[in-house]
Amino acid sequence: MAYQPPKQGIAGQIIDVFVLLVLTVGALYLPLYLGLAGAAKTPATIENPTWEALGQNAAEQQQWAALGYADPASANEIITARFDYTFSWTALIVMIVAVVGYFVLVVRLSQKEYREVIAERFGDSKS
Amino acid sequence: MSDTTATTAPERLGLLRVLGPGHVWALGVGIVLVGEYMGWNFSVGKGGMIAGLVACWVAGLLYTCVAMIDSEVTSTVAAAGGQYAQAKHIVGPLMAFNVGLFLVMAYTMLEAANAITIGFLLDTVAGMFGHTGLNQKPFIILTILSLAWLNYRGVLASLSFNFVITAFAFVAIILLFFAVQFGVSAVPLDFSAVTNDPLPYGWLGIVAALHFGLWYYLGIEGTCQAAEEVRSPARSLPFGTMAGIMTLLIAATLTWYVCSGLIPWEYLGNSGTPLFDAARVTGNSGLMVLLFIGTAFATTASANGCINDASRAWFSMGRDRYLPSWFGAVHPHYRTPYRSIVFLVPIALIFALGAPLDQVITFSILSGLLGYTFMTFNMVMFRRKWPLGTIKRGYVHPWHPLPALILLILCGATYFAVFLGYGTQLIAMLSFYIIASLWFHFWRYRFVRRGEQFTMPWPRPLGY
Repeated sequence: MAYQPPKQGIAGQIIDVFVLLVLTVGALYLPLYLGLAGAAKTPATIENPTWEALGQNAAEQQQWAALGYADPASANEIITARFDYTFSWTALIVMIVAVVGYFVLVVRLSQKEYREVIAERFGDSKS
Repeated sequence: MSDTTATTAPERLGLLRVLGPGHVWALGVGIVLVGEYMGWNFSVGKGGMIAGLVACWVAGLLYTCVAMIDSEVTSTVAAAGGQYAQAKHIVGPLMAFNVGLFLVMAYTMLEAANAITIGFLLDTVAGMFGHTGLNQKPFIILTILSLAWLNYRGVLASLSFNFVITAFAFVAIILLFFAVQFGVSAVPLDFSAVTNDPLPYGWLGIVAALHFGLWYYLGIEGTCQAAEEVRSPARSLPFGTMAGIMTLLIAATLTWYVCSGLIPWEYLGNSGTPLFDAARVTGNSGLMVLLFIGTAFATTASANGCINDASRAWFSMGRDRYLPSWFGAVHPHYRTPYRSIVFLVPIALIFALGAPLDQVITFSILSGLLGYTFMTFNMVMFRRKWPLGTIKRGYVHPWHPLPALILLILCGATYFAVFLGYGTQLIAMLSFYIIASLWFHFWRYRFVRRGEQFTMPWPRPLGY
């Protein structure tokens, strides 16, 4: 006999939508809002910068000027800023476990549900 | 024989089948072409000029695999929701729920990124005319609301609109390339950084750049979202998707060439509107106007396509009761998923008004990346459960399982690339999906009608 799902009332539907909204804003927006996520470049500015000291040739100096940076001091931070790619192996392993674990979890639980779908759609394979 | 008999789905108000291959191309390229106008250049910031170019081509390879796989599965599972419908038939409901969320998040974040760029572009232009400190927020809100309204009114109008503005934005890139080649620019092309400072972060920078390299093409798989509204899915979807990826490969290479030659890589790596900035450097006012319009059109087309795709994925989940069934309604007059369109507007606004561009882009990329990872094992399961010859396929992609394997390797490399610098967001995003999955499996799934999750007229899958 086909599975008959319970009927969900308006209040239940609103609560479910609210849960998804809280999840979205809480898990994704809140870390951004609190400044806990995202990478930042660190400038290593030099004192009394010149275009030559910043490694910019004549053509690049023209390009900077066209972009509104006529003075090397104004471009000092942009030119010298770099990402820091040092990382801990523990953090990398945690990430790998999280990604793989997530997919394993979803596929395994999906398979359980999928067997119910197939059984209802095509009938029990043992019958 | 019960295992080969298809049951007839109950009659319901469906979406209109009005789209041709040109619309499919416009939907895919329209969403993605904005990747040439903004965002891709952060890959140069993460690894330097060479890394940006390598990322462009490696990401192109990744998306070629995506397009090959997607064309086969989508031309066979021709239902609204694209990869969502695929997951439902091939892996199971929870996977489908996750894929639906990937799509909604990837497209809604991309929509938010587009709106941010429009605000930034107008601010830059206002600054060029001496009006500094323009309030960008009204323009961001106006963009999202007006495009949501257009989508509310009808898919044909909104995608025909996309076709025109996408074509313009593509032609603008070609014109900029030829104008620069024929000496229109007052400032010469300069690639000295390629030899003087080729890899500022070493080889690690090449991997790191792959993170934003995806942005050149992210969303091309959106062609599948309109499967239920395409007149001839088996022909139009593969043709539109493949034509789209070729268009984007050309546009991405031209974009890298022009921007890297005209803009110092340190500036390019942070630019909000790189193609418009390249036009500014040329000093040619005609090119500036052209690329201003191109940027505005590309972002508008992309946001428009994103609303279309995200709302269809949300609508499909509502119709299947993965979400409250209230979202599964079709507008009685416009025949659009109007409730889903309206519901996603505030989510786009929250991120567009309150988050930095690179981080919004990273959320979109991460959701896309999770979706591409799904495609790898989905393809293998599809061929195993229904080997060639057991069901009618609109298109069969060659060299299986090589594209799936390459795609899996490239996805692994891209996770590492995101981890370099944006690891916290990766963990935040995974936490979101894990909690949402547990919520679905242990609560929401009870409202789902089991047998109705399999609607294709296929035989019982092997092994079940």
